[in-house]
Amino acid sequence: MNMKEVGQLPEFHDLVKRRWTVALVLTALTFITYYGFILVLGYSKATVAQKIGEVTTLGIPVAIAVIIISFFLTLFYVIWANNTYDRLAAEIVNKMKKD
Amino acid sequence: MQTVLGQPTPVAIGFFIFFVMITLGITYYAAKKTKTASEYYTAARSITGFQNGLALSGDYMSAASFLGISGMVALSGYDGMIYATGWLVGWPVLLFLIAEPLRNIGKYTFADVLAYRLEQKPIRIASAVGGLLTLILYSIAQMVGAGTLVKLLFGLNYEVAVLVVGIVMLAYVLFGGMIATTWVQIIKAVLLLGGVTVLAILALSQFNFSPGQLYASVVADYGQKALEPGGLIKNPLDAISLGLALMFGLLGLPHILMRFYTVPDAKEARKSIVYATGFIGYFYIIIPIVGFAASVLVGRDIIKGIDKGGNMAAPLLAEMLGGTPFLGFICAVAFATILAVMAGLTLAGASTLSHDIYVSVIKKGKADEKEQMKVAKFATVIFASIAILLGIMFKGQNVAFMVGLAFAVAASANFPTILLTIVWKKLSTSGAVASILTGAISAIVLIYLSPTIQIDILKNEAAIFPLKNPAIVSMTLSFLVAIIVSYLTPDKISEEKYEEGKVRTYLAVGSE
Repeated sequence: MNMKEVGQLPEFHDLVKRRWTVALVLTALTFITYYGFILVLGYSKATVAQKIGEVTTLGIPVAIAVIIISFFLTLFYVIWANNTYDRLAAEIVNKMKKD
Repeated sequence: MQTVLGQPTPVAIGFFIFFVMITLGITYYAAKKTKTASEYYTAARSITGFQNGLALSGDYMSAASFLGISGMVALSGYDGMIYATGWLVGWPVLLFLIAEPLRNIGKYTFADVLAYRLEQKPIRIASAVGGLLTLILYSIAQMVGAGTLVKLLFGLNYEVAVLVVGIVMLAYVLFGGMIATTWVQIIKAVLLLGGVTVLAILALSQFNFSPGQLYASVVADYGQKALEPGGLIKNPLDAISLGLALMFGLLGLPHILMRFYTVPDAKEARKSIVYATGFIGYFYIIIPIVGFAASVLVGRDIIKGIDKGGNMAAPLLAEMLGGTPFLGFICAVAFATILAVMAGLTLAGASTLSHDIYVSVIKKGKADEKEQMKVAKFATVIFASIAILLGIMFKGQNVAFMVGLAFAVAASANFPTILLTIVWKKLSTSGAVASILTGAISAIVLIYLSPTIQIDILKNEAAIFPLKNPAIVSMTLSFLVAIIVSYLTPDKISEEKYEEGKVRTYLAVGSE
């Protein structure tokens, strides 16, 4: 099987589609997390400035959460890619070598 | 408080010389293993995901993030934390959108990915314009920062400081190529993360290891305002534009993208981003502790008295908590930070000049190993000399905006074409070239017309363009131009190659 034929396999189309679905959903989540944070800061400073402890404001854990969520989104993608994506890609490559 | 900052202390110089000796030792070892162009640019793809994660962190965490963000938190409180989040959120997006396709199609530089399907000559030249512009703006900010910092930290003369940085980084890159650069970045990342961790622990020990107590002291000294959002976000659109520049600028930084070619495959490339996100995220979470503690323990007035921008907050805190030896160590770490970032920038600049322009355009890809190496080394000397010269020329100028501009150019000139070449079949050579030039020119023109230059630097009353960072406009323009021009100039070859390249993009068949 040559490169062109592989590119036309339904499995290949499916793989590309799945990759981008996962990537775009995760990108959207990153956007919601970060730009959501910025928009709240822009439109309602009082929300972020409210106290959750004696002096600690809600903004402090939220800023830390933006960083931690970003990290877990990358971690999630890598776990998905290492297990699902690489396995599906390897199946197509094996098929290509066999024929 | 009494400080020895600004005087050459033997401890600081000792630590710095020790760092330079170790890294030059590694460079000597690396030089013996660097004989081919692939070894020079990519360390023969021998770096592991974990090592590359550390090196990416070392490449990205500049002195501006270490000293600048801790200083911003010390002087303006919570605003510094908001700023810090913006520097991290590009990493997940880099992974989701471009890192693996980039790794699978490219060879040495991001321009390889564009040239895979677009016409060599025009696209290599256009991407070199965008790439070099980004690298040079970033270098100016680093070099001027280096000169000013080293003057403050060690009491060395500005020009001498710029020369020392320039010559040491040239030695790393020229003799040790990517292997030496990678190890300098790894060592620097470990030193920086370790140093800031010790500093944060020492600082928290003054508050019974309770962040709550630290915040209470901040409020007692500077009022509740210090923990609330302040003047950073006045206008949401401005904040989003800056956020876009920081996020997508990362996806267009040539020296960061180049690092994905140092690992053997896409799997290691993706792993390296998780490690990098973890290290950099950790750094941005603990750096505000250092800033807040400095504002309480050292005091805003003393910090401002030494440097108006607050850059000396972390070193002053180190001196207070750990005496001259710890100050010396932190100063040496700050210096090492600049060296490592400059080495990365220089190698990326050299690869653009030699691989993209000389070998691919002038020699049309027909250059043997020996010639490629010779040109790479020559280009390294050229780029380093330009960086040193610009560093000296911009002495005393306010260059803080240049990092913002470098990110805006990267986000507007480099990123749109990189993304479109991966995902959009119809991208044509003319569309890509027009997009790169539009992004670069509009980012520069708009920042010139913005309050950043008109009000902050030229001291004019008002600015024609309202936003401080132009990315939201210049990046959108760049995408629009790419799409419109591509529809006007259909490019059959590009479409065919896109289909062919898909198997390589997603299955890594035929990747180098």
